[in-house]
Amino acid sequence: MSDQTTATEAPQQERPGRASTVLREILSSSTLVVVMAVVASLLIGGVLIVLVDEGVQEAAGYFFSRPGDTFTAIFDELGAAYSAMFTGAVLNLDADTFAQTIRPFTQTLTMATPLIFAGLGLGIGFRAGMFNIGAQGQLLIGATVGAYIGFTWDLPWGLHLLVAILGCLVGGAFWGFIPGILKARTGAHEVIVTIMLNYVALNLVAWLLTFDAFQREGSNNPISPIVAETAQYPKILGSQFNLHLGFLFALACAFGVWWLMERSTLGFELRAVGANANAARTAGMNVTRATVLVMVIAGALAGLAGSAQVLGTEKVLTTATAGSLGFDAITVALLGRSRPLGTVLAAILFGGLRASGPTLQVQAGLPVDIVFVIQALIVLFIAAPPLVRSMFRLPAPAIEKEVAA
Amino acid sequence: MKLELREITKRFGDFTANDAISIVVESGTVHALLGENGAGKSTLMNVLFGLYDPDGGEILLDDQPVEFTGPGDAMAAGIGMVHQHFMLVHPFTVAENVMLGHEDVVGPAKLLDLEAARARVREISHRFGFNVDPDAVVEDLSVGAQQRVEIIKALSRDAEVLILDEPTAVLTPQETDELLSIVKDLRDSGTAVVLITHKLREVKAVADTITVIRRGKVVGTAEPTASQEELASLMVGRDVSMTVDKGPADPGEAMLVVEDLTVVDDATQVTQLDRVSFDVRGGEILAIAGVQGNGQTELAEAILGVVPTAAGTVRLDGETVTGRSIRQALDAGIGFVPEDRTTDGIVAEFTNANNLILDLYDRAPFSKAGAISPSVVRENAQKQVERFDVRTTGIDALTGSLSGGNQQKVVLARELTRELKLLIASQPTRGLDVGSIEFVHKRIIEERDKGVACIIISSELDEVYALADRIAVMYHGRIVGIVPPDTDRDTLGLMMAGAHEEEAA
Repeated sequence: MSDQTTATEAPQQERPGRASTVLREILSSSTLVVVMAVVASLLIGGVLIVLVDEGVQEAAGYFFSRPGDTFTAIFDELGAAYSAMFTGAVLNLDADTFAQTIRPFTQTLTMATPLIFAGLGLGIGFRAGMFNIGAQGQLLIGATVGAYIGFTWDLPWGLHLLVAILGCLVGGAFWGFIPGILKARTGAHEVIVTIMLNYVALNLVAWLLTFDAFQREGSNNPISPIVAETAQYPKILGSQFNLHLGFLFALACAFGVWWLMERSTLGFELRAVGANANAARTAGMNVTRATVLVMVIAGALAGLAGSAQVLGTEKVLTTATAGSLGFDAITVALLGRSRPLGTVLAAILFGGLRASGPTLQVQAGLPVDIVFVIQALIVLFIAAPPLVRSMFRLPAPAIEKEVAA
Repeated sequence: MKLELREITKRFGDFTANDAISIVVESGTVHALLGENGAGKSTLMNVLFGLYDPDGGEILLDDQPVEFTGPGDAMAAGIGMVHQHFMLVHPFTVAENVMLGHEDVVGPAKLLDLEAARARVREISHRFGFNVDPDAVVEDLSVGAQQRVEIIKALSRDAEVLILDEPTAVLTPQETDELLSIVKDLRDSGTAVVLITHKLREVKAVADTITVIRRGKVVGTAEPTASQEELASLMVGRDVSMTVDKGPADPGEAMLVVEDLTVVDDATQVTQLDRVSFDVRGGEILAIAGVQGNGQTELAEAILGVVPTAAGTVRLDGETVTGRSIRQALDAGIGFVPEDRTTDGIVAEFTNANNLILDLYDRAPFSKAGAISPSVVRENAQKQVERFDVRTTGIDALTGSLSGGNQQKVVLARELTRELKLLIASQPTRGLDVGSIEFVHKRIIEERDKGVACIIISSELDEVYALADRIAVMYHGRIVGIVPPDTDRDTLGLMMAGAHEEEAA
């Protein structure tokens, strides 16, 4: 083991220092590191829970006379918090019926659905070397187009949903195409452009919602009419659960993205361009085309995340439709190391965290914010793989043995 | 100062990079550490420089054991190192770079004493004839001048032992000669120089003592009077032929015809390639000699279509290829081994299997209807790795983890997978060890004998002589002459400095 620690400290060969190196390091960190990042976040979240708990504070006041009380309070509080999380996100073991027992997990999967879609798109971008921060805007524009089709058009069952989904996809793809073509043609950096387009999208939706065509009749609030039932994702476990067809569609997309990246010539091209654009160009690949395509595909998937919102859970378009999904999806993609399976698992984890929020509040009396703190800690830890490695004494990634001699 | 490394051992996991290596370096001598890439030379020097902790052994200065925990300690003890990749701050001036890390201040305001640094640079530069301006910005300097800045840096800290790690890997032949004379001057002034290299000619030119390292062990010492063949076989561990077996060329029809090819840099409007015309016949190797930066890179890239041409035509087998995409040029039968393989030749994060199809991935049999066939890709990789003797842990190993020579074999194997009409190889053996050079040269000759037209761009005259059927010399974006392969070194040298054939001869 001591060898490995010294090897970690060994100076790296001089490389072009860039933000992309950071991203690359995150994406190449081992599964174990990622899992431990989540564990570390939950543990530190636990520490915070304990610190703010009144019962613990009280017991700590007389720690030196009866230290046992403090520990009992700590364990009680932690037990309550973690069991509330479990109850809220996985299984409710106190429920009377089977449906109520499994309800939390279906809720988790429902919450995970838009994160899977958007995370998959961002993951493609990351692997192709694009820092797409614009899932938020792409999601919103996709949702706008899809919702409009959903509450305005009158189409038969089946076809209406299909057209509405397609609308989400095209809307998101268009919003992704803009930064893609700008980068390819003018070199405009996608980080700046996508961030700005997020604002454009949000304000565009707010503005649209003041028009009769978008605003709900008889309402002064910026809220659209309800999407027609023919354009909603059908519930797959019956009407008592929120889980809708969009989840299965998201899983299908995950498989599709896996095939695209690992098996198709296009994915090979995208990965090559992302890892070394010079070599890709010299090998005859069209880097410009790849850049645009990546953003279009990422935008389309973000648009589908919008469909999970407007055609699935919320059924209306508001300025809050995107919530913080576009940004959470960045964490999901990074946590999933931009691989489809990883992204699905990370999205379910995040879905679970969000689903457990209300239960935490009601059952354990904790502020919902603790969920966001845990999410933020996860971001922090996955952005610093060496920190996690040193915390859990994990071995460093195999260094290149062929030290340039 | 006498430096002694005694039984130094360094392991990385199960891998022993240095196995009980002992060397002694006396002041006023040049000690060459000779070994192939990956033999453990740099690891040893990093141990000496305090960058790695040794697992065993000790370092002695003037017979006193010392322990270095970092480069700072080593420098304070009088050891200076010039790394293969320079450690310079590009936007800083020479003087600023030299003072970096031990900034002296003057006056009550504690301002940087740049004047002292300038004077120091001037003094050292003058003493060894470096011709380096202390106020020049480093990024404007040539590679050779940057290296001299590194040497000044070390000397300004009173280095008595100077380690040069592969110092000539990035230099042109002229710069190499200059460096070697600098090394001799340093030695004569009493400095102990450790020269890490795998280049035999340099070793023979300047070394007083030669230690040969193979696979982390000292396999022997040699006198500088030893022949190149003796040194090479000691280094590689088997007999190596220093000359390529090459039959006479049997050139056919003109395969590549280049007429008035002109390249102008977009940003600076500098003409990089100035009305270049030549032809290459099938079954012939045309070597392009010249000091680096005289348009050779642009010539290769213009033929492939990487850089746009301002004027002129390139015809391959009768068909015009100028103005086409890189992809179309590759499809037309051009194989391309880029000058900088890590930037343009391979994707370091890809597996060997994927790098071996980097420009073949969307052709049959590797893919059908947009879907890559993994089994075919793996079969191909297995075959190529065996055929080209790529030393790797397997086809799924990342190409970035291979040594330079093996990376080059991957590039070459891939480019020779297709049926070629023209092979363009820029600096095909730069940074490669003797064994790999021999291998790469053999493959290129094989292609020639199959009737492929070959263009070899090299700044190493040895390589030019080893391969060429004809030699074109480039200077300032032009071809100053095309001469037969038996033209002597002096004539070529003059032509590389811009003299025309008649003047040179």
